[in-house]
Amino acid sequence: MVTIREVPLGEYWGPGHSACAGCGPSITIRLILKALRRPTVVVTPTGCMEIVSSSYPQTAWGIPWIHVLFENAAAVASGIEAAYKYMAKKGLLEEKVDVVVIAGDGGTFDIGIQALSGALERWHKFTYICYDNEAYMNTGIQRSSATPKGAATTTSPAGEVIPGKLEYKKNLIEIAVAHHIPYAATGTIAYWSDLMEKVRKSLEADGPAVLHFLAPCPLGWRFDPSQTVKLSRLAVQTRYFPIYEVENEVYKLNVKVAKPLPVEEFLKPQGRFRHLFTPKFKHVIEDIQKNVDGNWKNLLEKCTVEK
Amino acid sequence: MVRRLGLTGNEAIAYAVKQCDVGLVSAYPITPQTIIVERISDYVANGEIDTEFVCVESEHSALSACIGASLTGLRVFTATASQGLALMHEVLYATSGLRCPIVMAVANRALSAPLNIHGDHSDMMGSRDCGWIQIFAENVQEAYDWTIQSFKIAEHPDVQLPVAVNIDGFTLTHCLEDIEVLEKEDVEKFLPPRKPIYRIDPEKPMTFGAWAMPEYYYKFKLQQQEAMENSIKVFKQVADEYGKLTGRNYGVIQSYGLEGSKVAIMALGSTCGTLRHVAKILRETKGLKVGVIKLWLYRPIPEDDFISTVENVETLIVLDRALSPGAVFGPLGSDVASMIVKRNLDFRLLNYTYGLGGDEVSMDLADKLLRLAVKVAEGVKPTSLTGYLREVV
Repeated sequence: MVTIREVPLGEYWGPGHSACAGCGPSITIRLILKALRRPTVVVTPTGCMEIVSSSYPQTAWGIPWIHVLFENAAAVASGIEAAYKYMAKKGLLEEKVDVVVIAGDGGTFDIGIQALSGALERWHKFTYICYDNEAYMNTGIQRSSATPKGAATTTSPAGEVIPGKLEYKKNLIEIAVAHHIPYAATGTIAYWSDLMEKVRKSLEADGPAVLHFLAPCPLGWRFDPSQTVKLSRLAVQTRYFPIYEVENEVYKLNVKVAKPLPVEEFLKPQGRFRHLFTPKFKHVIEDIQKNVDGNWKNLLEKCTVEK
Repeated sequence: MVRRLGLTGNEAIAYAVKQCDVGLVSAYPITPQTIIVERISDYVANGEIDTEFVCVESEHSALSACIGASLTGLRVFTATASQGLALMHEVLYATSGLRCPIVMAVANRALSAPLNIHGDHSDMMGSRDCGWIQIFAENVQEAYDWTIQSFKIAEHPDVQLPVAVNIDGFTLTHCLEDIEVLEKEDVEKFLPPRKPIYRIDPEKPMTFGAWAMPEYYYKFKLQQQEAMENSIKVFKQVADEYGKLTGRNYGVIQSYGLEGSKVAIMALGSTCGTLRHVAKILRETKGLKVGVIKLWLYRPIPEDDFISTVENVETLIVLDRALSPGAVFGPLGSDVASMIVKRNLDFRLLNYTYGLGGDEVSMDLADKLLRLAVKVAEGVKPTSLTGYLREVV
């Protein structure tokens, strides 16, 4: 358990970046960078956090950072990791270097999934972190395969007959676990200590690791920017976003939610779900609740260890 | 000491890579390139080289992994062809924009549809503005020689650009030739370890791949253009140095039989060998004088050298091995036309497309073309100034 006293005071995510007030991904990155253990190279694909942090000639990154394209962060990281392996082999490396990808859900769940799968299968020793704000926020809130059912986005709008996105979101951790990697975990900023611990644990894993961090977005989810951390907590307390880890294919529930709040508590503060609170679309909330309950049940069955 | 080996184009490139102390190779299999990376995998598997071979799940990832490794400061190589190059398209621009001196062999092959695995230049011509230096090899010896020289050109501080070594699919990739190879120590002397100007270094954290607003973007692009222009000088220096080492003299452009002839054919790659051979026969047996001009360097286009080469030429037939549907001229034809217009030259220019999807130029077809060239030079009006070679001669 990381205590507040153990959190380094140094900042590697510099002030002056242009993220929105209350940006969940920005808080996530700040925590991730404070949890690093040694010299680290970060690769970020195209997306919100890339744009807000790297407008030439400025940069928010206090450590080596690379952006190449949208769908290839895991492939770029593969090349860097393999390059360090070569340098170590040739005695050209004084100190080991960690390689971390920090990518949005579009760059991970959608366009980057092939490169991610390839890199996991090839067993590059790196940590892939997805900050999931559940849509393409940078380009103006379009649906991704991480957007939850019922959410209104600009390409899955809530209309007269269609109640926002019709499909459930992908399960990234299950995809990662299918590669038999040593470590995969979820996290979110309200549980900052858990999140930081998982970053550290992923780096120490003996192989590739995938972290899935839910990162509320005031702009795209349409809530008051002062409520970011609260939304993060509500996602967990409604069991909408379970906090768990999979270590060598053994599942552990990290945050028990004995008395879950109804999923409405998570949906209600968010403008993207506003249409669900009308008589016409109320049944969608019931569907979402059913899905949340089903996912939780499935997860508990897999969790042979409780923390 | 000179050593001779029987190698195919693919094997010759793999052999060159083996001698160049390449830190990382990342690639994906595609015909007719695959044998290059198969041979490199063999070298790695047998412990003959320390290179990290990253066998990825697509060409897009192959070049992406190469960028990552190149930014750490390593010498990096990849190879592809056809659809693979097309899939890499956006990564090609990222490579040159990030100034990664990666060397890539391109086993030139047709693009779908219809599916066709045979040679033509559609793949590279579709990417000709991607900011890569582009070299076309005529034979297996050149494929070997250009691969070694390419690293030196790419990594030069005044250049820092990626280089594509083009070899015709099957005609060169799969044809066995008796070639001269260098000893490893000689290659090491010619090509010392890469000294990157900037690289990923936790001691000196840098941001790579920042985005640029309009006031900066064009400045980045103009720097790339400047590096392209610089590369001609570097290219010649490297070729001179390599010539002293091997006795094989390369440059940006090669011409045959321009003395006393006012007509010439111009092309890229392996076809030039056939053209030169037939031109020689016609000259010796029939007294017909047709010159043959070959560009070794296609990007940057060696404008000054081209102009001085064609000084006495009155009729030039440019051959393009790629179709540019809907355009007046093909890619090389357009390049030549632009140089002629810029220099205000006055000569007759014809531009034929040929060799699509492995439709090779036989000696017979070359003979017809050269005879046509002679007639056009004598004032006979050709049936068409453009079109598909097999149909127009």
